Amino acid sequence: MMKFERYEWVAIAIMISLFIFVGFIQGWSVSLVILNMCIISAIMTMGVNISWGYAGVINFGVMGFLAMGGLAAVIVSYPPITESWKAGGTGIGISFILLVILVTAVMYINKAVTDKRNRYIFNTIVIIFGILVIRYFYLNATESIEDVNPAIAGFLGGLGLPIIFSWIVGGFFAAGVAFIIGKVALGLRSDYLAIVTLGISEIVVSVLKHEEWLSRGVKNVIGLKRPVPYEINLQNTDWFINLITYLNSSKLNNIVDVSDRQQVLNNLIIDGSGIFVKLSYAVLFLTVMFIIFYFANKAQLSPWGRMMRAIRDNETAANAMGKDVVKQHLIIFVIGAAIVGVAGAMLVTLDGLFTPSGYRPLRFTFIIWIMVIVGGSGNNLGAIFGGFVIWFSWIEAAPLTTFIINQLTAGLEPTNALKLHLLDSVPYFRYLFMGLILLLILRYRPKGIIPEKVRHS
Amino acid sequence: MIDFLNSVIVLLNFIIIPGITYGSQLAIGALGVTFVYAILRFANFAHGEIMSFGAMITILFTWFFQSQNIGLGILPTALIALPIGILATIILCIISDKFVFQYYRYQKSVPVVLAMVSIGVMFVINAIIRIIIGTETIKFSDGQKFIMKAKQFKIMTGLNEGLALKSSQVITILITIALLTFTFWFLQKTKTGKSMRAFSDNEDLALLSGINPDRVVFITWVIVGVLACVAGTLYGLDKSYKPIIYLNLVLPIFASAIVGGIGSPFGAVVGGYVIAFSEIMVTYAYKKFFVYILPSSLEPSGLVQLLSTDYKFAVSFSILVIVLLIRPSGIFKGRVL
Repeated sequence: MMKFERYEWVAIAIMISLFIFVGFIQGWSVSLVILNMCIISAIMTMGVNISWGYAGVINFGVMGFLAMGGLAAVIVSYPPITESWKAGGTGIGISFILLVILVTAVMYINKAVTDKRNRYIFNTIVIIFGILVIRYFYLNATESIEDVNPAIAGFLGGLGLPIIFSWIVGGFFAAGVAFIIGKVALGLRSDYLAIVTLGISEIVVSVLKHEEWLSRGVKNVIGLKRPVPYEINLQNTDWFINLITYLNSSKLNNIVDVSDRQQVLNNLIIDGSGIFVKLSYAVLFLTVMFIIFYFANKAQLSPWGRMMRAIRDNETAANAMGKDVVKQHLIIFVIGAAIVGVAGAMLVTLDGLFTPSGYRPLRFTFIIWIMVIVGGSGNNLGAIFGGFVIWFSWIEAAPLTTFIINQLTAGLEPTNALKLHLLDSVPYFRYLFMGLILLLILRYRPKGIIPEKVRHS
Repeated sequence: MIDFLNSVIVLLNFIIIPGITYGSQLAIGALGVTFVYAILRFANFAHGEIMSFGAMITILFTWFFQSQNIGLGILPTALIALPIGILATIILCIISDKFVFQYYRYQKSVPVVLAMVSIGVMFVINAIIRIIIGTETIKFSDGQKFIMKAKQFKIMTGLNEGLALKSSQVITILITIALLTFTFWFLQKTKTGKSMRAFSDNEDLALLSGINPDRVVFITWVIVGVLACVAGTLYGLDKSYKPIIYLNLVLPIFASAIVGGIGSPFGAVVGGYVIAFSEIMVTYAYKKFFVYILPSSLEPSGLVQLLSTDYKFAVSFSILVIVLLIRPSGIFKGRVL
């Protein structure tokens, strides 16, 4: 079904060899850590690529959708806190019902009142009154929830299900938010849309940061359960010990002394358990990546994908052909956001903790966009390649810079002020690299490293 | 009567003066964004970093002057360093145009591509700033800090509430008035200003009538450099300089420019004040105000705050969304200088 060109095989080979190279130089554990983040980045990039590359709908709200996915991970997997529910569950429920009523009322007014000025006046009155009523219930409820054992709880908790379900739920959460944003903003011109989505993602993150009853806010949620075994459990499991012994049998047999051998084996088991855990994550993530990749490609080749390209390339013509451009834009925006949401849930799963204050636009929106542009918008393999390469250089920029600076300043004294200052600012050079990569690609290869294939069918 | 005066002072001290100061900073920033948008026709995401760069150069020279014991007495030393900062910012703008933006302008790229390019520029400038000055918070305002302290005011008037007036606030307001007057005079009265307006209104027609586009673009970057450096320095002088802040500041600045009607300089200024005042008014706790103005039986028990200060940032965007929904072209119909 999928046929890769030669240069695409080269790209795949480059990606694989990068990890093998790091594995030999810096150790397999480091290599796998980078690989896992690369896979997640690739999924995020595919999400953005679907809305931008297929249909030309810009989505600068990546950060917000990632955070929604992260919230899903907390809500699905954290065990429920019954005291909090007792303390404020009813209040939250009432305010939620009131909110639904308020929204329905506004929608009804919009339909029933035809005069524009009257509509604004009615809406304002209803919204202000509604918010005042909701605030009364809501503030009481949230305060009592946040008072429940604030040091370790202070929020509603979750459902206590396995965290792997949250990957789907995260997609739905992000899709829900994207639907609202899309309804509001998708009519705007592309650069306005970029600014508005960027802003709304900031709003989403600031809500997660400050609504402590929901997400614990800046106090962070820690200790989320893993979908893969814990190292400490692995180290005491028979089959794992046997596996390690079997894999290293030749090495172990060379050691004669029994206590020495036991010592070496223990070290191997500790190292191996870490690698095993990371490997299991990698397998899980790769599965998700391939599933999304498969369906994204299939969609791109389908009549629907053709229609999306038509809309992207000439909106007016597509409209004249009877395609509902507004609706299709909304659909593709929601789908793209949902995939980003899945990646967000996976990210929290990998970290095992949810830190709302960690979501920053530079790291979670703009870097993802650089991945899309560098990889090649409109090509899913390109998106994956961009995700891998950019994340890889983001991580490896620091060691590389240290090396370069040490080489360049080799003639200087070790206490030279300039040298020390440069070595101090090594972490900031990665921003320089990212900017330069983006500018160079936009200038000399504007379609990305693996450009979209032109299909004449 | 005394209660009424007290309540007015409360509003003045906590809403109006900070609002005007913050609004001025946003207005100058938004004016820069608007200039780029009207002449070069793209949303410049790098604007915040350009502001930050200007502020950084100013700080470096402020330190230099301080070490040489050159100062302005009661005024902050940064004011002498400001012209050098402006010059450096203009050079930065010109360089980034020559090496980056010019190519895409000649290619007639679509605005989105230019916006992406500006993100690349943003990363590069961001890195340069962090490499040179780090990410620490820097306070560089010296001289006399307060023109009037709250305590002095209380003694002077005998009121319960104090009114503090920081010198950085007064400097901000004065410089803003001067800069805005000059900019609008330049646009309305000078030949170059008129040619810029013509270029922004209809590029083809302007080219036909012999306006040199490269010159217009050059002047635009000079103006943008001046505005960005002044806005960045004033913001740093008033609060404190922190490189990370400026990326966050881009969003309210864009909001101001769009709310006022992007491409309209007057709209950008108005938008700046609208955003600043709404951010402050929505998140201010009015309890003190109502305590004075209402009879004691009606005194509020809570803080009387519409939204907690945590959401200060979200307010500007909610306003942006509302304006775009009701009146997509902004308060003053935008698109032309």
